[in-house]
Amino acid sequence: MRARDHLVPLVIFAALAAAPYIGFGQGYSLTLLARAMIFGIAAISLSLLVGGAGLVSLGQAAMLGVGAYAVVVLDHARITEAWMVVPAGIAAAAFFALVTGAIAIRTSGVHFIMITLAFGQMAFFTTSSLSIYGGDDGYTLYNRLEVFGSRALENRIVFHFTCLGLLIACWALVQALLNSRFGRVLQAARENETRTRAVGFEPYFYRLSAYVIAGGIGGLAGVLLANSAEFVAPAYLTWQRSGDLLFMVILGGLAGPHGALMGALAYVLIEEWLAKITEHWRLIFGPMLIFCVFFMRGGIAGLLRRG
Amino acid sequence: MANTLLELRALKKRFGGLTVTDDVSLDLRLGEIHALIGPNGAGKTTLIHQISGTLAPDSGQIIFAGQDVTRLSLARRARAGLARSFQITSIIPAFSAMQNVALAVQARSGSSFRFFRPANGEAALNDQAMQALVEVGLETRANTLSAILSHGEKRQLELAVALAMKPRVLLLDEPLAGTGAEEAERLMRILGELRARYGILLIEHDMPAVFALADRISVLAQGRIIARGTPNEIRADKAVRDAYLGEDEA
Repeated sequence: MRARDHLVPLVIFAALAAAPYIGFGQGYSLTLLARAMIFGIAAISLSLLVGGAGLVSLGQAAMLGVGAYAVVVLDHARITEAWMVVPAGIAAAAFFALVTGAIAIRTSGVHFIMITLAFGQMAFFTTSSLSIYGGDDGYTLYNRLEVFGSRALENRIVFHFTCLGLLIACWALVQALLNSRFGRVLQAARENETRTRAVGFEPYFYRLSAYVIAGGIGGLAGVLLANSAEFVAPAYLTWQRSGDLLFMVILGGLAGPHGALMGALAYVLIEEWLAKITEHWRLIFGPMLIFCVFFMRGGIAGLLRRG
Repeated sequence: MANTLLELRALKKRFGGLTVTDDVSLDLRLGEIHALIGPNGAGKTTLIHQISGTLAPDSGQIIFAGQDVTRLSLARRARAGLARSFQITSIIPAFSAMQNVALAVQARSGSSFRFFRPANGEAALNDQAMQALVEVGLETRANTLSAILSHGEKRQLELAVALAMKPRVLLLDEPLAGTGAEEAERLMRILGELRARYGILLIEHDMPAVFALADRISVLAQGRIIARGTPNEIRADKAVRDAYLGEDEA
């Protein structure tokens, strides 16, 4: 763990905290920043799997989807208290991760990618068929969550700092996990599974635990995303979304959660910036991503480390 | 038998039509180095795989410390006290030497489902890891990334990892392979010193080393044990000379 790996996220967090007061305080900017931070949380959850455990999942969007649909289901039942909805969203996603992960983690490599994709698609089609929650059309939330009955989250600044606080907490959590005994076993199994077994560990349980934790964090991101957009649709769960998340992680660098954080921020902000310049922004964005993969081994984090 | 740590009973393993382990019985006692020699392809490494648990035998039994471990996983056997080193160095290249050994310490001291405390700062892990590194003479390289250790140092590290598991039996698959004369000598001295505390099953191609170290030698050819005895008995054995030693020692 190098000092710079800690410094970079601190600078980013400080910039995000200052943003509303240095010209990014209007509604549009704050919505965009909230979205970037929420994808930051989602990418950090995925980085625990990809970077930490070496589990390349193409189904992480399903975790966000389960979290977001937990908000929908509870909203439909008139339950909008954050202290109930947030834990429920996290628990629902963690449970989904436990059930699907218990099967998926028995496989590895390409098979793991395919099976996580398959579970993600199952979740996608399930939400599409939930007609009471709008089916394909999605479900509009008329209000954000309440905190002890207060509507404080409707305030953009409060929501901004809520997202930032949770982002920092998730980053710190994943960082701590990777440095712990648990993280050491995960990384050892990623690097050399036979050696890890030969000293007495069964990697399965460690990987499954990581998968469940990442699922829970993904669920939290889903709860936030639903509240940020005040709308939830099956589009949250598309495999393309999982691919975006995977790309954010790789773009940022696999060295730790700070990489995923930078990847997510860069991805969301560049995407937005290009979309403003031209409606054919994907023509520019695509080659840019390819360029990054070819010339930025180690991602943005790798560039900063060398620089 | 008193002091018998490990016993193989009529172990058999076939790969298709090829019998790679053919009715092998063997025992290993506390305080001895039992060497397993034989020409390439005799089935030595396959045998180690079966003892350590990476391959399941087709029939026969493996008794470790009085318990039948034939069906236990590699990890369970490791925790029970069967440590192995690999013929092809198997370490975690992204970890420092210390971290490689600390991982092994971690496997047998407390739960590894600990999520928050930084493992690198755990004195209890690091102290024991350091002991193992000192024992193999690698203490000055503790904080070196293991990927950049020399080949001989990696072999020492492999041994340190096995020792850190605090095993009762060491299964060493060619610990001297690819080491220079000086490194080999150092490793041999270490093995000699370790003998009293463990039962060591040693696969090795370096015949002078085997004859200098081993208390007993079993000779494997085409999956069968063709001779067993003290180094002197093996040296004098006609069948062994024909099958194996004759090639380079006649």
